[in-house]
Amino acid sequence: MVCFLATAFFWAVFPPYLLRRIVKQINFIGVKTTLVIVLTGTFTGMVLALQTYYALVKFGAETSLGPVLALSLIRELGPVLSALMVTGRAGSALTAEIGIMRISEQIDALDAMALNPYKYLVIPNLLAGIISIPLLNAIFVVVGVWGGYAVAVGLTGVSSGTYFGGIRDFVSAKDILVGLYKSLSFGMLITWISCYKGYFTGYGAEGVSKATTQAVVLSSVTILIWDYFMTSILLT
Amino acid sequence: MIEVVDLYKSFKNHEVLRGVNLKVEEGQTLALIGGSGKGKSVLLKLIIGLTKPDRGKILINNQDISKLRGKLLKQLKERCGFVFQGGALFDSLTVFDNVAFPLREKTRMKESQILDTALSELARVGLSGAENKYPSEISGGMKKRVALARCLVMKPEIVLFDEPTTGLDPLTGKAIHKLIRDCQKSLHFTAIMVTHEIPAIFPLVDRVAMLYNGKIIASGTPAEIETSQDPVIHQFVHGELEGPISIQ
Repeated sequence: MVCFLATAFFWAVFPPYLLRRIVKQINFIGVKTTLVIVLTGTFTGMVLALQTYYALVKFGAETSLGPVLALSLIRELGPVLSALMVTGRAGSALTAEIGIMRISEQIDALDAMALNPYKYLVIPNLLAGIISIPLLNAIFVVVGVWGGYAVAVGLTGVSSGTYFGGIRDFVSAKDILVGLYKSLSFGMLITWISCYKGYFTGYGAEGVSKATTQAVVLSSVTILIWDYFMTSILLT
Repeated sequence: MIEVVDLYKSFKNHEVLRGVNLKVEEGQTLALIGGSGKGKSVLLKLIIGLTKPDRGKILINNQDISKLRGKLLKQLKERCGFVFQGGALFDSLTVFDNVAFPLREKTRMKESQILDTALSELARVGLSGAENKYPSEISGGMKKRVALARCLVMKPEIVLFDEPTTGLDPLTGKAIHKLIRDCQKSLHFTAIMVTHEIPAIFPLVDRVAMLYNGKIIASGTPAEIETSQDPVIHQFVHGELEGPISIQ
């Protein structure tokens, strides 16, 4: 797998750069996942606000709701949940698409035409993942904060000023960078695993089915494990 | 000219090719016959450099493709074409885009030139009017024609056909064979065709080679192969159930 990634980055340096294909994949991985991200982000923010409020109110600390919610979303939930959403929606599709191309000899056809399959199938997806997932994470966090705002101000009675004032005071640039680094690495992990599993899929429909399942499971587990290591490194 | 010298290839301890020797002169069409799953397609993929041999040489115009890397391998592949068994058409692209794909990716042609070239290639294979269809919307015979057009649009010097008529009815199969022969006459490419259309293919090719037990056991003119007294060749060419070849 490491060799696969190294080969992809090696070929990424050389032309042609296939910008149109990268844009197409950004549309597929990023733009078409936006609705899912908006929905999950909004409801994650809302439920987080509700749960956090009832926990904080026991200690009389409900004014901290805004920063607690924002920090949870920016540092953890935004990067992790947006990555998991992309894995489910786009990662599985990438593996299936590349896998079907493999079993129907379309990848061999590219190779036979003296065209590098990495350039057409792997590099555009890797770059699209690295570009799209941080942006989706940003959308997730923003709508999550607004979802939390709706619950906090609309249902629990926390004032608007307290909510946003707390966020402004406690959220630092470092917190945002932690989320950014995480989502950048998740973007690479998801597309790397998905492309690899599709590229080296087994035979027939069963092979593609297994590869797709493996890609989703491995991506999801890797995201959670990698998240722990990233957190432990970035917060020290 | 294509020359294969003492070629070996195995997959997971299963030796598929055990010292293949084969020669195809420039401009000739060779039919490669042999049992199913016995390594004919593997041999084609080795010749075009899609996979590497364990040992042996594959000389294309005296250049060993198995030793080439990078730009040299790319240049050699650019002179070859491959028509896959299932067509291997890009299913997300229309028929026209499939044929135009190598032109767009490998040449600096303007879109208007690409349009003219791809349409004339589609006309050559009798597919005028089907350019906006997707591979899933066309028949097996049409897919083979599109694959042929996509291959020939780059004017290759060598074309490898992997069972170009498998799964087609006899008439469509015959039409594809005739089309390949006509294209070969007009474009003068050297061709190797893996086929099971025996003896229907014999009048259309210059030579026939038979792969058996991982080796080329015979290579000659179609008449020589058809009248061969070798029991293996005789049984295979005449489709007899009794003989040295065990049916699995």
